[in-house]
Amino acid sequence: MTTVRETQVPGVGVRYELDLESGQRIGVLVHRSGRREVLHYSPRDPDAVEAEMVLTAAEGKVVADLLGGTQLIESLTQMQQRVEGLAIDWLPLPAGSPFAGRTIGDAEVRTRTGVSIVAVIRDDQAYPAPGPDFGLVADDTAVVVGTPAGIRATAELLAGS
Amino acid sequence: MTSTVAVVDAATVLVELGAVLLLLAVAGRVADRLGVSPIPLYLLSGLLVGEGSAVELKASREFIEIGALVGIVLLLLVLGLEYSGRELVTSLRTNRAAGVLDLVANATPGVVAGLLLGWGTTAAVFLGGITYISSSGIVSKVLTDLGRIGNRETPTVLSLLILEDLAMALFLPVGAGLLVAHGVLDTAADIAIAGLAVAGAFLVALRFGDRLSRLVAISSDELLLLTLLGVALLVAGTAEQIHAPAAVGALLVGIALSGPTAEAARLVLAPLRDLFAAAFFLYFGLGLDPAALVPALPAAAGLALVTAVTKIGTGSWAARRAGIGLPGRIRAGTVLVARGEFSIIIAGLALAGGLESDLGPFAAAYVLVLATVGPLLTRFADPVAYAIQRR
Repeated sequence: MTTVRETQVPGVGVRYELDLESGQRIGVLVHRSGRREVLHYSPRDPDAVEAEMVLTAAEGKVVADLLGGTQLIESLTQMQQRVEGLAIDWLPLPAGSPFAGRTIGDAEVRTRTGVSIVAVIRDDQAYPAPGPDFGLVADDTAVVVGTPAGIRATAELLAGS
Repeated sequence: MTSTVAVVDAATVLVELGAVLLLLAVAGRVADRLGVSPIPLYLLSGLLVGEGSAVELKASREFIEIGALVGIVLLLLVLGLEYSGRELVTSLRTNRAAGVLDLVANATPGVVAGLLLGWGTTAAVFLGGITYISSSGIVSKVLTDLGRIGNRETPTVLSLLILEDLAMALFLPVGAGLLVAHGVLDTAADIAIAGLAVAGAFLVALRFGDRLSRLVAISSDELLLLTLLGVALLVAGTAEQIHAPAAVGALLVGIALSGPTAEAARLVLAPLRDLFAAAFFLYFGLGLDPAALVPALPAAAGLALVTAVTKIGTGSWAARRAGIGLPGRIRAGTVLVARGEFSIIIAGLALAGGLESDLGPFAAAYVLVLATVGPLLTRFADPVAYAIQRR
């Protein structure tokens, strides 16, 4: 874990510094006025600033977006990959359903369609992660996760058609 | 025909002031070109237009005297604005030992020199103050010019400066008490009252600083300027009446204000401070006897050498405690060598109190040397340090 050291610079502001894995030391000096300086310390004299970049408060935000923003985009892409081919849906249990008054285990939804019931909503209340013994009643809503085709099959199964 | 006389006078005053400002501008430009502090050249400018000189200032002298008074108030007010009470407490906590060493190592040579010169105890104590205190103005300018604000030794350097300012806030009333020599008891009472006032103001600054800042805060620069200048002069004048020097009152007003208000105030006051501080150095130079300056130079230079060494020792010791490497320690030590505005303020206080008249030229010669040599010295810190390291 990277540690950031914070030092008060009297009359100036606050300085943050961190040692990078590459052995370099960088810092950020936040002036009271909001001005920011990105500091690079000299390798042979690690107490001395070798180069610095001065950023206005607005420019600092832009650079922060560029550095941190890339990370955000990467993790969004990963999430999409994980979600690809997966659908989530809310399926009603009609009054004439063959499974009203029976348990989730009886319906054998996962075995038949590969779809999981991740929650049941009854009278505006959610019952997350219901077990196989969970009893379904008419007008319940099942929250299901699976392939689009599996979900279509589940909807037909629950409706009893 | 009094009106004609008045017109002639006004013309003389304006011409004199204009000429003297131009003189200061030229001096400042030369200093800037050489990369040194303008303070020595301002002092010499004062010498040039002082008593007995061919271009002696006559009509504008009174104005410059009042300007000098305002200059002290502004110097200390802006200095106080730079630091918050919280930073002061932090500095006290982390660098207390270095602060004590700073005081002992740098005031002692001054006191000893004063006694050796046969000046008497009070004057010797004042000389101790003069050799003790580094110039915040020169040091911060050098740190900025040399790009050292982000360096790891800089918080230690600034911390020491804050402690010196705090020490000066306590020293000035004590010194003023010593000057009014009217029986031990009265002097002790004066010092006690001044000390209590300083302590009380610090407490107010720490406790109610935020509230005071909000009270003063206003978006108009003009009104902020008028408010602050009014408050500072009023407090400074009141302080003077209870024998605490005006400078301390102004410093405390500055410390009491913090946050965005202090930041805005610093910006509007800085140009005014520069103008009136120049008037202050000029005025100090005006009062000097050129014939006394040269004889004072050898002894002052000797003391300058000793106290340059003690300052370098203090700064590098403090930096070493903060875990700074050799080059940083040498930078921290050498940058603190410069003495300037505060040494002159202390000397001015002593002279105003009718103390040893040799103190003026001596202090001027001392500051002349160290305000010039200090910034130059620290420029060579890195090459020297790297050469030592390579061996």
